[in-house]
Amino acid sequence: MTSTLEAPEEPATTPAAPPVPARRRRPRRLGLRDRLFLGVIVGVPLLALLIFVWLPALASFALSFTSWDGLSLSEIDWIGWANYREIFTNYPPFWPAVQHNVIWLLFTALLPTPFGIFLAYQLDRKIRFTRIYQTAIFLPMVLSLAVVGLIWEIIYNPDNGLLNGIIGAASPGTHIDWLGDPDLNLWAVLVASAWRHTGYIMILYLAGLKGFDPALKEAAALDGANGRQTFLRVVFPALKPVNIVILVVTAMESLRAFDIVYVLGGGIGSKPGMELLSLLITDNIVGETSHIGYGSAIAVIMLLVSLTAICTFLVQNFRKDKEEA
Amino acid sequence: MTQQSRIPAAGGPRRRSVVNGLMGAGAVALAGPALAACGGGPPAADPKTVTFGSNGADATPKKAYAALTAAFTKESDLKVKTNTVDHDTFQKSISSYLQGTPDDTFTWFAGYRMQYFAEKKLASPIDEVWETIGSGFSEAAKQLSKGADGKYYFVPLYNYPWAVFYRKSVFQERGYTPPATWAQFVALAKKMKKDGLSPIASGYGGGDSWSILGAFDYLNLRANGYDFHMELMRGDVAWSDRRMSTVLDLWREVAPYYQSGAGGRSWQDAAQSLLDKKSGMAVIGLFLGQQITDTALREDIDFFPFPEIDPAHGTDTVEAPTDGFMLSRKPKNAEGAGKFLEFLGSPEAEGIYMGVDPSNVAVHSEADTSTYNALQKKSAELIGAAKHITQFGDRDSDPGFISTVVLPGLTQWLGHPDDGAATLKKIESQRSRFFSG
Repeated sequence: MTSTLEAPEEPATTPAAPPVPARRRRPRRLGLRDRLFLGVIVGVPLLALLIFVWLPALASFALSFTSWDGLSLSEIDWIGWANYREIFTNYPPFWPAVQHNVIWLLFTALLPTPFGIFLAYQLDRKIRFTRIYQTAIFLPMVLSLAVVGLIWEIIYNPDNGLLNGIIGAASPGTHIDWLGDPDLNLWAVLVASAWRHTGYIMILYLAGLKGFDPALKEAAALDGANGRQTFLRVVFPALKPVNIVILVVTAMESLRAFDIVYVLGGGIGSKPGMELLSLLITDNIVGETSHIGYGSAIAVIMLLVSLTAICTFLVQNFRKDKEEA
Repeated sequence: MTQQSRIPAAGGPRRRSVVNGLMGAGAVALAGPALAACGGGPPAADPKTVTFGSNGADATPKKAYAALTAAFTKESDLKVKTNTVDHDTFQKSISSYLQGTPDDTFTWFAGYRMQYFAEKKLASPIDEVWETIGSGFSEAAKQLSKGADGKYYFVPLYNYPWAVFYRKSVFQERGYTPPATWAQFVALAKKMKKDGLSPIASGYGGGDSWSILGAFDYLNLRANGYDFHMELMRGDVAWSDRRMSTVLDLWREVAPYYQSGAGGRSWQDAAQSLLDKKSGMAVIGLFLGQQITDTALREDIDFFPFPEIDPAHGTDTVEAPTDGFMLSRKPKNAEGAGKFLEFLGSPEAEGIYMGVDPSNVAVHSEADTSTYNALQKKSAELIGAAKHITQFGDRDSDPGFISTVVLPGLTQWLGHPDDGAATLKKIESQRSRFFSG
């Protein structure tokens, strides 16, 4: 918000290519009121950012070096790197959780994301009832998580679930335990997550496609490109900003995947086969006897992983942009 | 947002006025939580009101607590303001609840979970209350109500036994007899499977993984005895102990007779399969009764104690989780809260509660038992005859340890039971983190 509001003022404050020494002597163009105004308009969001984002983040970081039950401040013990050492060497659910997060990322990036793009492309072609399709596909994103959890519990229920009913696996002995079997439940949850994610990506991409210049498509058609070529060679590269947004969204959603697993897992934290980093954090922090320090350490690890992934990606992309320009 | 803030800049309303508006909105949004925190605080203490935080959000307990508070108001002229929170949410947020501005009195569980908050000074001792109500409780109940420092912190209301439940009609039709020993139990399960039943109803899916602890606790209590079990629960012995392998070996004997698909089933569905005669038995608590609305069906339900494994221990221990009340750290109306707790510890209160919720048994020794149904009577006898009473796996031990270490380990093992060495090692590796001090 801040940056877009300030944007129009840039030409006024920074004249094109000012000689360096001249800048210091340049007369102030902003009056006291203006400066005060700017100070407030930048200061308030900055303060909010500091208080609500950076303070908790730094506090987590600091707490990750402590052992604390979360009750009285006097009982915070500094224990250095012990939490991290424990997590990496002696915490059975940690490595499975990392593995599951990676699976989550790969799965989401390879299946529901391209499928969402595909759907968006198809729906953009003014087929009949496109509104209905759009609404239907986006609906999972609109539903509250409690409802989503309920829907999938009904589908996956071992005794009277839709899925077992259809494939005839609902009688004793033949049960397929979709959410209970540690080898299956991650995939069962991934399907549920994909169901939501597809609609999300579709809407994002559809918005991009709506702003796409149809003349480019016509030109491609005149040059004899078929539908696939038009999309891959013309539309997709032209929508680069949207693609970046979608990739970042996919990566972030996968790394911080939490809600749907939490709901389908019964809201008690990680279950065998469905451990995720985010769930391990709540495992340690939420509850009667909490391990704030330990949980914070996992949170810091997750933050670093997410930051690394996202920063690498963004930096690379924008560097390419600059080179091209 | 971007577009909206740009358009006015082109003309129309002055940009700055829009910006001011936005900023104002932002400032309000920022200040919102702070204001709410000020405004949401409790009103000044009203000497005529006692506040009561209740986890009884289900229909039956909610009605029962409402009857209790109404009776208290009638008797003492003190109003009770009840703040009901969903059972699971109440447990999850208990720490922050007790540190914030908790109600004067609140519902809670006996055992380690009560002692933990007593030790952390998040509950007030209530020795004076016990001077009045003490004579009505057995020695076992008194022990249950004390913190580690020997002071009283808890007023018990009811408990319910865990046992092996079955339908009398099923046992009659098929000629089964309640087993007394482990060998008979396994043989019975085998026979049930041959007869096309799921021998042991089981559902530990979703948030219900705690339900497997009933069998685990009893196996350990029967095979290794009360003392070992309590040491294990308090984190004083290693989970890799040889005696734990015995427990898992025993469990493995009956694992094939567990209802299949249990990892995705709720305990309610498992209980329902028992009621529907699809399962033969269920290791469960008397709260199974809350599933039953039909009186005829209720009369068809019976139970037997979990069978004997080691004759040295017999069936001397009954798992009977006790629910009751505690006094918060800084009650606003300490005197009224004390009176309320005294009332809750009276036989009348027990009678009122049991009148509404017949799936529990009163703890008070003078409580009126004439209205008990057959199951309640049998439960009271079972508990009364017990040499030791345990609470439950997640109440006798650190609940975090149980829910994030023991339960994931055991449910995973139960899916593919092996000798359990790896599972026990995994659990043991985390013990020191929870029981260091």
